[in-house]
Amino acid sequence: MHETVGIPRALLFYEYYPFWKTFFDYLGIKTIISPNTNQKILEEGVKNCVDEACLPIKLATGHVMYLASRADYIFVPRIVSLAPREYICPKFMGFPDMVRQCVPSGTRLIDTNINLYRHRGEEYRCYQELGKYFVKNPFKIRTAYQKSVKKQEDYCSLLKKGLFPEQAMKAVDRHNVKNKGYNPGGPVIAVIGHSYNLFDRHISMDLIKVLQKKGVNVVTAENLPEETMRSETSILPKRLFWTLGQKMLGAAFHYMKQPEISGIIYVVSFACGPDSMVGEIIERYIKYENTPFLKLTLDEHTGEAGVITRIEAFLDMVYWKAG
Amino acid sequence: MRVTFPHMGDTWIGVKAMLEYLDVEVLMPPPCTKKTMVLGSEHAPEFACMPLKLNLGNYIEASELGANTIMMTGGCGPCRLGYYAQVQDTILQDLGYSYKMVVLEPPEKHITELFSKIRYITGNNSWWKVIKGIHFGYSKIKMVDELNKKACWARPREINRGDTDRALESAKQKIINVEYTKDLSAVHQEVLEIIDQVPVDKDRDVIKIGIVGEIFTLLEPFINFDIERRLGYMGAEVDRSLNLSEWINDHLFLSINKKMRSCKESRMASPPYLNHNVGGHGQETIGSTVLYARRNFDGVIQLLPFTCMPEIVAQTILPGVSNELSIPVLTLIMDEHSGEAGTVTRLEAFMDLLSRKKQKKEVLA
Repeated sequence: MHETVGIPRALLFYEYYPFWKTFFDYLGIKTIISPNTNQKILEEGVKNCVDEACLPIKLATGHVMYLASRADYIFVPRIVSLAPREYICPKFMGFPDMVRQCVPSGTRLIDTNINLYRHRGEEYRCYQELGKYFVKNPFKIRTAYQKSVKKQEDYCSLLKKGLFPEQAMKAVDRHNVKNKGYNPGGPVIAVIGHSYNLFDRHISMDLIKVLQKKGVNVVTAENLPEETMRSETSILPKRLFWTLGQKMLGAAFHYMKQPEISGIIYVVSFACGPDSMVGEIIERYIKYENTPFLKLTLDEHTGEAGVITRIEAFLDMVYWKAG
Repeated sequence: MRVTFPHMGDTWIGVKAMLEYLDVEVLMPPPCTKKTMVLGSEHAPEFACMPLKLNLGNYIEASELGANTIMMTGGCGPCRLGYYAQVQDTILQDLGYSYKMVVLEPPEKHITELFSKIRYITGNNSWWKVIKGIHFGYSKIKMVDELNKKACWARPREINRGDTDRALESAKQKIINVEYTKDLSAVHQEVLEIIDQVPVDKDRDVIKIGIVGEIFTLLEPFINFDIERRLGYMGAEVDRSLNLSEWINDHLFLSINKKMRSCKESRMASPPYLNHNVGGHGQETIGSTVLYARRNFDGVIQLLPFTCMPEIVAQTILPGVSNELSIPVLTLIMDEHSGEAGTVTRLEAFMDLLSRKKQKKEVLA
């Protein structure tokens, strides 16, 4: 069998790619990844979505459209929940049905449900189901799953060492990758945002690089262990039921209390539902702490010059406050 | 304790009746107006959905009248409604309003959490009286829904423009005035007669439109520009896919009344277009559209507040459903910038399209 599976470089790609890659590799399936976002992919996505859809969904649709003519299957899992009693976002839950409306008929979508709402152990069952698309032998799928879990753990520990997803994805296969872009003595800024916005260079205007070039050390939510973020959000009156929102909130709460962090940049996409609520809470709590804060809203019309100007103004404020 | 709660269409009739039955002091926010919207959207997050903003406006206005306790519903995701109360509470505190929020929602740990919240509102009433109070409020909601349904049928067929609405108003007032459970059935008969006496032309040819979408935009006439009445005057019989009494029966009473239309039916109809629940009323929107197509309705209108996540999923899928089942669908998105004139123009155009399509079908048949 020489079937290929296309993995769109969008949505949870930056969180789970090493896992998926290892899983498919072990089952002997070739994977194709869509390239880094370019204007053409973005335009294709915008064309095939309703105007009201958010930027990450438009982007993901663009990547799926790119893969539609190039891969035998497209991997668009229906990610319902990644932690007990939590959800991701309604659009993640409906994404496979949304893209089915625009891909050419006959495109084969793999839309396995990934639903850990009841119990974290459900994950194994979800991947058994996924493996069955290609392999009959459950033991082989089991080994693939175990290998992937291992790989994912390595990847996460690299992230916690301060690497960003792109570096960590390379590093996870061969060791000894230096953390480039560290500037001793420079201010440390926490950039908080969903991985699919922040690490997509086209969408975020390469925000992290821009900051690093200005001598700023950047930390993100990815660099924190999950437990820290969960314990930080326990001060809320009600447990937040969006996993990604929890991550943003936990990271913001953690970083705003660290004296070495000089400022926080919060990156959101236009009309993001969960972020409209999470962002409001972050903004109000940060005001009490008096930490410099910048909220950058991104969409397909965002101009690079405007973003740069705002970052420069923000850095001026940070330096000015530091004296 | 002076309790207030947010507006959603005629919901207040039932909730107010229930609370007053239990001798709780109720302070209603004034009906939603432009002012409510301005107050709400001024302080709410920019991309929050419309209901959050209007609720916030309601609370601010009610506080000025002297309310100090808010009773509202919550949820446990993925729709944003589940986190409304916490965000609104933070905003109200920052603005300096002192409110106690009582959120009635599925409990996180144990059912006693919910009971203690109900206790907080109802005070020393016995549980039996609380149940009777809920029943009293619910009966009123059920009657109002029944009246609205009848009015939707009569409006496009009425001989004198406005008769139905006048009858509806006086009937609703009669329901509001009922104070004791024993009077309910007599008033029920009375209001049904009022609405049945509206002179109508039964044989008139009307266009049938189903309205689907998010519950708040469906039920609150302020936010949807009174769409049912407008369509009625344009000659359309409107069917609302969701009624408050049905929602309560499904979600609070766990479908105790089996005869009532249930969301299960529409959810079952939504595959293969939408195969999974997406929170809110996303799946019901798709399912109801399929059901309306099967019932040979002429068209469907989807209503949603701007940035509503589940409805955006549905909106993406609806054109496919519309194509396959050949039922025209119009999506109307509501927010604080929606203009009345623009909405009316679109409704008129949609009506033209439907009547043209209907004529063509009749000629061919």
